[in-house]
Amino acid sequence: MSILVDKATRVVVQGITGREGAFHAARCREYGTTVVGGVTPGKGGTIHDDFPVWNTVADAVRAAGANCALIFVPPAGAADAIMEAAGSGVPLIVCITEGIPIGDMVRVKHFLGGTQSRLIGPNCPGVITPDHTKIGIMPGHIHRAGPIGVVSRSGTLTYEVVGQLTARGLGQSTCVGIGGDPVNGTSFVDVLKLFNEDAETRGIMMIGEIGGTAEEEAAAFIKARVDKPVVGFICGQTAPPGRRMGHAGAIIAGGKGTAAEKMAALEAAGVTMVKSPADMGATVARVMGR
Amino acid sequence: MKIHEYQAKQLLRDFGVPVPNGDVADTPAAARAIAERLQGRVVVKAQVHAGGRGKAGGIKLADDAGGAEAAARQIIGMRLKTPQTPPEGIEVRKVLVEEASAVDRELYLSATLDRGRSTHVVMASEAGGMDIEEVAAKTPEKIVREWAHPALGLADFQARRLAFGLGLPGEPFKQGVTLVRNLFRLYLAKDCSLAEINPLVVTKDGRVLALDAKLGFDDNALYREKDIVALRDVNEEDPLDVEASKYGLNYIKLDGNVGCMVNGAGLAMATMDIVKLAGGEPANFLDVGGGASPEQIENAFRILSSDPSVKAVFINVFGGILRVDRLAEGVITAVRKLGLTLPVVLRAEGTNVERGKKMLADSGLALTMADDMWDGARKAVALARQAE
Repeated sequence: MSILVDKATRVVVQGITGREGAFHAARCREYGTTVVGGVTPGKGGTIHDDFPVWNTVADAVRAAGANCALIFVPPAGAADAIMEAAGSGVPLIVCITEGIPIGDMVRVKHFLGGTQSRLIGPNCPGVITPDHTKIGIMPGHIHRAGPIGVVSRSGTLTYEVVGQLTARGLGQSTCVGIGGDPVNGTSFVDVLKLFNEDAETRGIMMIGEIGGTAEEEAAAFIKARVDKPVVGFICGQTAPPGRRMGHAGAIIAGGKGTAAEKMAALEAAGVTMVKSPADMGATVARVMGR
Repeated sequence: MKIHEYQAKQLLRDFGVPVPNGDVADTPAAARAIAERLQGRVVVKAQVHAGGRGKAGGIKLADDAGGAEAAARQIIGMRLKTPQTPPEGIEVRKVLVEEASAVDRELYLSATLDRGRSTHVVMASEAGGMDIEEVAAKTPEKIVREWAHPALGLADFQARRLAFGLGLPGEPFKQGVTLVRNLFRLYLAKDCSLAEINPLVVTKDGRVLALDAKLGFDDNALYREKDIVALRDVNEEDPLDVEASKYGLNYIKLDGNVGCMVNGAGLAMATMDIVKLAGGEPANFLDVGGGASPEQIENAFRILSSDPSVKAVFINVFGGILRVDRLAEGVITAVRKLGLTLPVVLRAEGTNVERGKKMLADSGLALTMADDMWDGARKAVALARQAE
């Protein structure tokens, strides 16, 4: 029916008393997501914008059965917030925060290895199952329920493709932003695996960008395991080498991680590659026989 | 963030990694004084944030203090052009003067992030003095890698494996083990994105030294590395990039004539790509983010339009968070203050989009509306071409 989130998802927002946290907690609730409350250390027992606040994630799990953490904690404390959620047994953690030191994320990755938690992000828009559950900062109204799974390293570029899909009457099963950082929780391969197993998802749109080898790993996985049609786009075809293009992970280093390499790898794996970001929706429609 | 070689070597010294004796000079007289103190043969090295200095004439050997002064006179003030600098080169403002080492062997050592494994990796190679990517491509067996635990650090056995990988015997081996451990300690403690010693040398008298050093730092961690931020040299950066960084804007100057203003890094890159596909060249990367204030938009617009090669501006925004009316306010203020007549193409989706479009349309700006990304790119490229 969808991946990662469903009607049983109960969200606790870490950093709910901050400007972003409070704003987006309310938007998620309006969309239909069960937001049980928030966590801000030292503000436990108070009410913030109708949301109960706890001191610790463990309190939120005990008191309200939270099983998903949505994190808006500023960069200096965000890695610790992720580890707190994982250490409290929360199975799904979505971290929106941009700008977490990479060294901190390396520590988080090692910490998560000893837990059952899955991390989405950081530096991502979150996860949405249209008409159903929104856990993140994406504009809900551009989405529509349907058969296309969307996975992306970028935020607004995901909104762009969703807008193009919806305009052509192609809805989305789930959209997952895996984030623009060089060290993140969930990879393309993880999400592709879930989409491949999800009965409702009939086609996949994947948006990568320059830097690293996550797209090449995705290509190898698609070739070996994915039997649904995949359409791909890689941004940064004109990016200069050695410069960080906004996202910490979007950098061509030592001549590696170029858009051309990634497009070639995905093409060779049978992915239908789109050259122009304006053609993403139309290409998915064509591949899906619409 | 990058720093100069002389700054990197001071950090290495602080962490117990041996480097040649030397100091930095910004005049030929100061270079002479350093050489007099060091005695004997010295190397005079241009301090710029780019590799390939030797071939470009930025590194010179001198037999004595007089020679050092002459070399510094040649190097300071020159525009150094290497494959890694802009075509017009970088002006050299400082030189590092250090004692010349009698080199027996050149090796390679570095610590960086292994993105694929999400952890730190230390690499050692007997093939020093060469581009490590080239070594990895041609003779991968010559590189030894050890992946370190972020909290436990590099284990002693890993440091030993790396030192053996460098082919160090006897006394130099012991120095190598300590050096590897200290380099990794520096890398972790200072939030480096790269700590590279190339070449690491064994001198004829058996000492292991960092002959060159390159340190890069994780921009996300600079908030807690005040002593590193103090080492920033804005002379090495594009003035427009420096100006943008004052306002927290993600701006990178490029060579084309279509200015781009976009929200979100991915969409900003995709906008550059589509400008190129439409037959034009992007003049910049600019991500104004989701929560930009009218003041930030104003500054962003001012910076991107102050690039004289910009002939048209393409504003491409999509989002529920970025308010298009705020964006319009910032753009209009910038245009009025600066008296700009640049043509602007607007493609916008988002909150208060109709109000924002109306504000821009009523402002008297040379504004063209676009239906979508492709339409906007085509129109912006055509307008830029007309203006050339």
